This record gives sequence, C-alpha cells and structure tokens, in this order.
Amino acid sequence: MGSITLEKVSKSFGTTKVIPEIDLEIADGEFVVFVGPSGCGKSTLLRIIAGLEDATSGAIHIDGRDATREAPAKRGLSMVFQSYALYPHMSVYGNIAFPLKMAGEAKSTIDDKVRSAAGVLNLTDYLDRKPRQLSGGQRQRVAIGRAIVRQPKAFLFDEPLSNLDAALRVNMRLEISELHHQLKTTMVYVTHDQVEAMTMADKIVVLNAGRIEQVGSPLDLYRSPKNLFVAGFIGSPKMNLIAGAAAAKENATTIGARPEHIGLSKTEGPWQGTVTVVEHLGADTFVHADVDDVGPVTARAPGEFLVKHGERVFLTPDAEKIYRFGADGDAL
Amino acid sequence: MARAISTRRKLAFTAIGWLVGLVIFFPILWTVLTSFKTEGEAIASPPHFLFFDWTLQNYFEVQSRSNYFKHMWNSVVISFGSTFIGLAIAIPAAWAMAFSPTKRTKDIMMWMLSTKMLPSVGVLVPIYLLFRDWGLLDTRLGLVIVLTMINLPIIVWMLYTYFKEIPGEILEASRMDGASLAKEIIYVLTPMAVPGIASTLLLNIILAWNEAFWTLNLSAANAAPLSAFIASYSSPEGLFWAKLSAASTLAIAPILILGWFSQRQLVRGLTFGAVK
Repeated sequence: MGSITLEKVSKSFGTTKVIPEIDLEIADGEFVVFVGPSGCGKSTLLRIIAGLEDATSGAIHIDGRDATREAPAKRGLSMVFQSYALYPHMSVYGNIAFPLKMAGEAKSTIDDKVRSAAGVLNLTDYLDRKPRQLSGGQRQRVAIGRAIVRQPKAFLFDEPLSNLDAALRVNMRLEISELHHQLKTTMVYVTHDQVEAMTMADKIVVLNAGRIEQVGSPLDLYRSPKNLFVAGFIGSPKMNLIAGAAAAKENATTIGARPEHIGLSKTEGPWQGTVTVVEHLGADTFVHADVDDVGPVTARAPGEFLVKHGERVFLTPDAEKIYRFGADGDAL
Repeated sequence: MARAISTRRKLAFTAIGWLVGLVIFFPILWTVLTSFKTEGEAIASPPHFLFFDWTLQNYFEVQSRSNYFKHMWNSVVISFGSTFIGLAIAIPAAWAMAFSPTKRTKDIMMWMLSTKMLPSVGVLVPIYLLFRDWGLLDTRLGLVIVLTMINLPIIVWMLYTYFKEIPGEILEASRMDGASLAKEIIYVLTPMAVPGIASTLLLNIILAWNEAFWTLNLSAANAAPLSAFIASYSSPEGLFWAKLSAASTLAIAPILILGWFSQRQLVRGLTFGAVK
C-alpha cells in the first residue's frame, strides 16, 4: 500500500515562499508525474514527500500515517536522483545491496534480492563493476535497482532521464513504464519534459510557480486545459495562442488552437499566411506561418504536404476544437 | 595549455627550481653532515663540506646519554594519538558544517581559525596550572590532549574543504536507503573522503611530531617526545653541535621517511580543490 496525501503543505526558504499551500491525493499504485518549467517547485515538492526537505507547514500522510516529522529513512520510500547518486566506492552489487544492508537483512536474503533485481534490470553481468565503469543508462538502471530491492511503498523519481541522450531516454522511459506495470507500486515522477509526462503518467500534476495549475489524466489535460498555462504547456508542438481580433470574434480574450487542429491548404481557407519555417519529420510536416491579422501560427500537415519558405498558404482552424480563454487566463 | 616553451626557458626554470630546492634543503643536509663530524670538525672555520673524517661517534654517545627509542615512542603516541582523536572529533564536526550549515557556520569556522592566531605563550600559564592541578604534567595523555586541541581547527578546516567536494545527493541517497546518521558517515561519507582524510592525517601527524612549544613546556622526563630530546642537547654548559646534529637527524628521520612514502598523497592534499 502506498497512498500519499499532502494536506496544505507549504514551503518557504527564508522569506521566499516557493510553494504556497498545496493539497494533493496520490492513490496507491498510481503513476503521478509532476511537470512544470524549471523553478516551479516540483523537485522541492518531491523532496518534501521524501523527507529531504521539511515542509514549512501542513501535513504529509503516507499510507494513512502522518509522516510529516519522520526521517527520510523511516518513510519507506525509495528515490532515484537526477545525478544517479550511486556510491562510487561500492560495486554495482554493493550499491543495490546497500538499502537491504541498512535494513539489517540476512546475507542470503540480500544476495537473492540483489540477484533478482539485477536480473530484472539486465545488470547481472555488471555486478562486480564500479559505477565509473558503467554507461549512463547502466548507471540509471543501478539507481533503479537500488530503489526497487527493498520494495518501498512508493518510488520517487527526480528528473531521472535528463542526463541521458535522446535515444536512451526513450528506451528508459519505456523500461520505467514497464516496471510500473510489473511492480504496481506508486510512482511519483518529476520532469520538465511534457512528453515524458504525457507518455508515462496515470495522472499529471501541472505546477507553475509552486501552485498546482491542474491535476488530471494526460488526455484530460490535453482535451480540456483549465487555463492558458496548462494549454501552452501540454502538447507538442505548443498550442497556438491567439489574442486580438481573431479572439474577439469568438467572444474571448485569447483563443487556442492546437497545430493538429488546423488544416492546411494551398487553395482555400479562412486564414491566409506566409510560410516562415517548414519542418519535415517524415510522417508529419510542421508548418510555421505568419498569418495575416492573426500572427505566427503552427500547423501540422501530413508528411507529403510540400511547401517552401515564403509561399502563401491557407489555414482552417477546426471550429469545434478551439479553446477560449478569458481575461484572467482561465478557460471559458 | 599547449604553449611552446623553448629549451632555454625550460633549462632556466629547471635551474631555478633546483637552486630553490637546494637552498631549502641545505640546513637539513648540513645538519646530517655535521652529525658525522667530530665536535672539533663541527666548529672548524672555514667548515669542511664533505672531506672530513666521517664518524658515527655522535650517534653512539647520543644513544648512551639518552634513550632515543623511549622519546621516539613518546612522539609516536603523542602525534598519532592526537591526530586520531582529532579526526574522530573533526569528522562529525566537518560533516555538520559541510552538509547541514546554518547562518553561523562561517562565523564558527573563522572563530576556530582565529584561535590559531593567538600566540601559544598567551595561554601557557593557565594551561600549565590546569595541567599541574589535574596531574597531567609530563604525561603522554596530557600532551595528546593539548595537541589534539591545538590541531583541531586545522583538521576541521581541511576535512570541511574535502567534504564540500562530495555531492550532497549521494548522502541524501543513503538517507533514503535507510542509513542512520552514524551509518551514513561510516559507510558512505568516510570511504568517499578517504584521500582527503589520509592527507589530513599525514599532515597532522607531521605537525604534531614537530610541535615543540607545548611538548617542551609540559613535559620533562617521562613523556618527553623527540622535540624535547633535541632540545636537551642545547645545554647550558655549552653547545655540542655534532651531538645536537646527531640528535636532530635521529628525530627527523622517522617523519622524513613517512613523508617520503606519502608525498604523493600530501601534495594532492595540499593542492586539493585548486584545480578541478
């Protein structure tokens, strides 16, 4: 069991309030991703759950028990750090065995558990190596191995993939998702990469300047963003946010249209613009255009749609998929 | 980095390096040479550099007049003892300062260092009286205590700079893994800081070995280390240069050998953190 509840948790460093009061429920077995731009307080929030930072006020319940004042070691959580934070003087075996050794388990039990974790993570051949003799991906797997051996109530991941190259990141993303399906343990994952958030999460918590902007499933956030911030943050490429006359026509201060909801044509459409940049990704083509009286707009076209810089194109936003936002930035 | 240096410049630098090295080393060399001369040769003017009658006479006399090995043992106990006790106190102290600093940490560090700026003689009388009343005069325990106190600020400072280089996330990871504070220090911090701890250890053994002010003032016969052993040869009835030199050579030999074997560690320690 690994439910986590935050009740009015806040955090200040000196006089600077980094997290105003936050309430959050994380159900047992859920994969929750905290996402937001750098400096939004997502890592601080994770460290408060871990016990590495004290909350200035509020309470944290883990598994229904008040853990607010408990030391990190007593909370029964495991953490994977961005820098891996492996023990450089210990072998891979020693690193994975460390939490079990600290828990005072018998040597034979430790050996069984380390070997089975190493098996799951393809590390069996590397058990005698030191961390410095491993590649980035292997180090990350050792860090995960160290986290899973003692069967924690929940895993905390602090931007675990940001030190890896792009291809490896995609692989590890799949491995972590798979691990979640196997272990069915609660996972709390911090990232600034909304693609990671969308692909892995059961539930996404979008944070901005310490505040929770919206909580929901990836598709909820994609389909019905509560405000401009979430609308602009979730989805890649970003939603087109258009103010001015085009928005006033829809009775809104700002309107939003996702690139995939804007049709492109060389012959007809309500908006007309000049192509500034074309990005051919093979399956898709992203066309960035400067639309007359609207401003810069990005649209997604099929891969075979061929245009060149400077050409005139017509764009048709899908009327049913236009988001409307009021003066306060909230969705109407 | 890749700057071409002409052979002439290289030669000049090498020559200057050797010259400076020789100037620094000369007093030690002269002491060693004098220890092999007779008393007459030792005060001869002009002095003979290498061409004199080499003799081991001084060494035999020094050994027969005073018990070298007893003094050496005292030196070993005092320098190693004070260094190990100092480390045991300083490791947790430096941990707290490096990984759990408060607003006052910097002030405390500076205050500790400032105690080293106080002339030792300023506190000689109170410490002497305390030692007399507590029965610590001329005991090895007393000298271990006083040298521990004297060198503690340096040990804490050195360890603090090494600990600062260790990423805090690794210690946090050990906390998440269930390590108590003591286990975190024993299993994670200390093994990672071994190079730094080793150079701190060596430097402090050398400092304690060479310490003369406190050892001379607080010891007489029983606990006197090698520094007191040398001093006993600068006697009021006249200087015996050759015997004094023999005593000095014997006193510095062990620490010179220790320093020779650990010079790589020492150099690394003294320049640690200067270049990443």
